[in-house]
Amino acid sequence: MAIDSKVVARAAHLARLRVDDSETAELSARLNDILGMVDQLQQADVDQVEPLAHPLEVSQPLRDDRVTEPDVRDKVLPLAPASEDGCFLVPRVIE
Amino acid sequence: MHDKTLTELKAGLQAGDFSSRELTEHFLERIKRHDGELNSFITVTEEQALRQADAADQAIAAGDHRLLTGLPIAHKDIFCTEGVRTSCGSRMLDNFIAPYTATAVEKMAAEGAVMLGKTNMDEFAMGSSNETSFYGPVKNPWDTERVPGGSSGGAAAGLAARLAPGATGTDTGGSIRQPAALNGVTGLKPTYGRVSRWGMIAFASSLDQAGPLGLSAADCALMLQAMAGHDEKDSTCLNEPVDDYLGALDQSVDGLKIGVPEEFFPDNLDGAIADNAREAMRELEKQGAKLVKLSLPSIKLSVPAYYVIAPAEASSNLSRFDGVRFGYRCEDPKDLEDLYKRSRSEGFGAEVKRRILVGTYALSAGYYDAYYKRAQKVRRLIRDDFSRAFKDVDVIMGPTSPETAFKLGAKADDPVNMYMADVFTIAVNLAGLPALSMPSGFINGLPAGTQVIGNYFQEGRILNVAHRYQMATDWHQQAPGGFA
Repeated sequence: MAIDSKVVARAAHLARLRVDDSETAELSARLNDILGMVDQLQQADVDQVEPLAHPLEVSQPLRDDRVTEPDVRDKVLPLAPASEDGCFLVPRVIE
Repeated sequence: MHDKTLTELKAGLQAGDFSSRELTEHFLERIKRHDGELNSFITVTEEQALRQADAADQAIAAGDHRLLTGLPIAHKDIFCTEGVRTSCGSRMLDNFIAPYTATAVEKMAAEGAVMLGKTNMDEFAMGSSNETSFYGPVKNPWDTERVPGGSSGGAAAGLAARLAPGATGTDTGGSIRQPAALNGVTGLKPTYGRVSRWGMIAFASSLDQAGPLGLSAADCALMLQAMAGHDEKDSTCLNEPVDDYLGALDQSVDGLKIGVPEEFFPDNLDGAIADNAREAMRELEKQGAKLVKLSLPSIKLSVPAYYVIAPAEASSNLSRFDGVRFGYRCEDPKDLEDLYKRSRSEGFGAEVKRRILVGTYALSAGYYDAYYKRAQKVRRLIRDDFSRAFKDVDVIMGPTSPETAFKLGAKADDPVNMYMADVFTIAVNLAGLPALSMPSGFINGLPAGTQVIGNYFQEGRILNVAHRYQMATDWHQQAPGGFA
């Protein structure tokens, strides 16, 4: 299906990206180019084929149930754009 | 010193011909002199490099020689390095000082490597020309009006100009092999899961793999020997023994069966590129290898399958950049949603945003089966094509890239055309196989590369094939002029 400005706005909102009206036309055109190329996938006969997520089809290994993560709060909190009293700061959520 | 391979420099350090400090200072000096023109480094870690070099000299004096003791290496700026900015080529992480070090880097440091700095790259490894970097494009040292390829373009260009004797890269759809080809160096993408992804900033987690770039196959073997191995911090990192890559280099290729897929030589391929790859295979035939024609019919769908799977995974992975915990935050957000949206829109560049939108769309309700699930099914067909082929042949070969380095800006406004730069490399990532690119000559003064693909865990075999080729040719020893 063709991508129009409504579809772009919907995907942008889901991805939490701001797309200005001035960008929408160009972006729709590029996304249509990409999805047009991707539509070649519809040629493939895959009715009897299982999806493949990991090329070697290995399963996730289990490890011992023990604490391995050290407390890194003082190491990572200084990387935050804003923090206070050991917490990340964001704009007020509840009025 | 800078025209020597890592293997030769290692011998020189052991023989006491020079110290690691002298070697490191030499390369730091070269970066200062030449990188203004190339832009291959985002950050040069001079102080840390000299400290590590001095430690290496002390180790050598004490008789402690490890795989990489005292050898300067440049790391792609996608690997977290504690206390050093790790930008991933993005404004989003321009202020990010990594609080820990990636396993691949850590393992090389444990073998004595000296870190020269962090190399430039396409933003979040999304690109084939290094033009999407927030820090500006890297120039190709063979012709500075041309791109170095990408996304590990800084690694390949810096190596080719002899600003570093060895480098790390990552390869999600060709990001080690294509720039290696375009700069005339050797680059290896290992089997998916051979090298830990821990601390490597994620793009498409089922495809991403770290590997070395070097001036020779032997140098790549040396670096891979240090990088490879199980890591319990990455649950997709495979718990398989690491082969003796260095020991396998000299094996004979007499009787080696080389598969030549017709799909790597399509009718519309540039004749000079096709001839170049065929000539490389002829050299191996002279040493007793046999060519076997074969077909991998599903790989013609590898670019479309990749451009669903990789953006889908990227849209999920990059959701962590929210302006709250680390990285870029917009000015004066009016509420939380404004904070998320503006931080992400201002922090990410155009190509990254396009891929997030494609991935979000492909995963959204109503489209998942038509795009993501279908692409994963095609992925199995591609994997099965290779598995069938490897019942009959030892390696598969063809051109790495359909063209030599193109002009800066030539494809910047045409994403689909840019995506075709990886038409011969992407299928390998979807199948999770190891593959390398080796220099195989020049076309109009620009390097061309030939790809050697192996079966799972056959890194030793493909390095051996490239090494035997390099014993008989000197393409890998050619260096661009102008960087004396």
